[in-house]
Amino acid sequence: MIDLLIIGAGPAGLSAAIASARQGLAVRVVDEFYRPGGRLLGQLHQEPDGVWWNGLDEAARLTEEARHLGVEIICGVSVFHLTQSRNGWVVSTTQGEMTVPLLLIATGASEAAVPVPGWTLPGVMSIGAAQVMTNVQRVRVGQRGVVVGINILSVAISRELQLAGVTLDRMILPPSTTVSGTAGQPKAVMQSLLRVAHLAPSLMIRLGSKLMGSSWMQKLAVSLYPSSGFSMWDIPIQLRTAALEIVGTFQVEGVRIAQVAADGSPIAGTEQVIPADFVCIAGGLSPLAELAAIAGCPFAYVPSLGGHVPLHNESMRTPVPGLYVAGNITGIESAKVAMAQGTVAGLSIAKARGKLTNEQPLSDAIQQVKIVRQNATIQFDPDIVAGRALVGQMTAEWIAH
Amino acid sequence: MSQRIDHHPVLGSLGDRKQLSFYYNGTVYTAYEGETIAGALLAAGVRTLRVHEEKGTPRGIYCNIGHCYECRVHVDGVPTVRACMTLVQEGMQVNAGSLLPTPLKKGGHGA
Ligand SMILES: Cc1cc2nc3c(=O)[nH]c(=O)nc-3n(C[C@H](O)[C@H](O)[C@H](O)COP(=O)(O)OP(=O)(O)OC[C@H]3O[C@@H](n4cnc5c(N)ncnc54)[C@H](O)[C@@H]3O)c2cc1C
Ligand code: FES
Repeated sequence: MIDLLIIGAGPAGLSAAIASARQGLAVRVVDEFYRPGGRLLGQLHQEPDGVWWNGLDEAARLTEEARHLGVEIICGVSVFHLTQSRNGWVVSTTQGEMTVPLLLIATGASEAAVPVPGWTLPGVMSIGAAQVMTNVQRVRVGQRGVVVGINILSVAISRELQLAGVTLDRMILPPSTTVSGTAGQPKAVMQSLLRVAHLAPSLMIRLGSKLMGSSWMQKLAVSLYPSSGFSMWDIPIQLRTAALEIVGTFQVEGVRIAQVAADGSPIAGTEQVIPADFVCIAGGLSPLAELAAIAGCPFAYVPSLGGHVPLHNESMRTPVPGLYVAGNITGIESAKVAMAQGTVAGLSIAKARGKLTNEQPLSDAIQQVKIVRQNATIQFDPDIVAGRALVGQMTAEWIAH
Repeated sequence: MSQRIDHHPVLGSLGDRKQLSFYYNGTVYTAYEGETIAGALLAAGVRTLRVHEEKGTPRGIYCNIGHCYECRVHVDGVPTVRACMTLVQEGMQVNAGSLLPTPLKKGGHGA
């Protein structure tokens, strides 16, 4: 009989498994991917101090530690339904029903789509798809491609593609529509890019990020921006160019682009078609939280966390009895934060099971999440702390009523 | 040039992997152990995994992590198998599926 079922073997789920198994809980982790690790598997970044963050190694380390503690990890199993029962939860999976007293949902995030005309052509994929194909499957996604969408994830993954010998023609903006929102507006993209400039190797960009602190300078920078853009790791990043359409008959052959004004509107007469054999679309991430909704958990809409998130407190408990959440399902942050949250969830669940004799490790772990968040290399949103506080407050109010 | 990244400057070399044969739409392809159907086909230059059931237009992978179902194929007769999440097995029969009739739709291709 298991005490805890964890859905998702990403950094959050595996860390929770380790923390709770250490306290003596019998833990099972299920994941629909064919191997454990979640999105860690594709991650490969150089930190500002030059050290590589190799997600494959991190995933292997976590998996081994969990298995060593007796955690059962089952891959290739999708969870599609949850119902509450008298003794906890009945979890419907592609390998039958599992009954368990306590449940942790750590399903991570999914990529938001940006439907550029032509995006269903073979050869068009999300930026995360290219990451997994390159670093996990070890297959090049094409010879020469265009990245549509300029954000922290697409910049980081573009570098990963380049390392693997894939040529990127350029990174450009999506068409400015109600769907793409600020992702199609040069000024807003410029601002968010300045926050990640510390990752760029070029001294000029690093200096630039300090110089361009004030908003009038950013405006100036966008309006004076050379239409040829600038380069990071020799990859041209063009903030004044947008994709209008992906062209091809049976697969991607090119992208129709145009220069755009500072507000994202195309400038007449600047259209051209550039050749490419693949296109990566980067629409940002949002929490993959459907299972929490099915479980009856109340939600909050918090844009700085990536959208709709299940209500939960600092101990990763939701208002639904026996239901916990951790990692990107609670808001988009990097893997290290997901791990720290997983540890909190694991300890908190051990406490609920009466296995945590001393509360100190739990409060230390809660503190640790804040420290890791503050020191994170990759931050997906500048208002993450305020967003977290808002969810905490809403959860407290919900429980009080 | 092979599309496989056998040597990677940071991740290192893959070393020897067991070779497998499988079929896609009746043609035999080579995969290595640990490759997904989508990965092995892309390495062979095949980007189209299926045709849209109603329009017949070609489709490939989109998310590559199991979320979008763009990559659904028939595997050994089982429909709606995600090519991005399924490892190739020796002798596996993968099919793209086909255009399905839409008799109730006005202006449908069956008309
Ligand atoms: C495509 C993509 C690429 C990313 N790349 C980076 C990056 O390069 N750098 C970075 O810092 N952050 C990246 N992130 C953010 C990333 O989500 C976090 O860094 C971290 O991996 C989140 O950990 P997690 O444990 O919350 O979720 P994940 O790592 O996403 O793990 C969730 C796991 O749950 C499983 N799962 C989901 N639904 C089900 C279900 N219904 N049934 C069974 N199993 C299920 C999934 O297969 C997955 O293995 C990326 C996110 C995505 C979506
Ligand atoms: S490509 Fe999205 S499910 Fe396979």
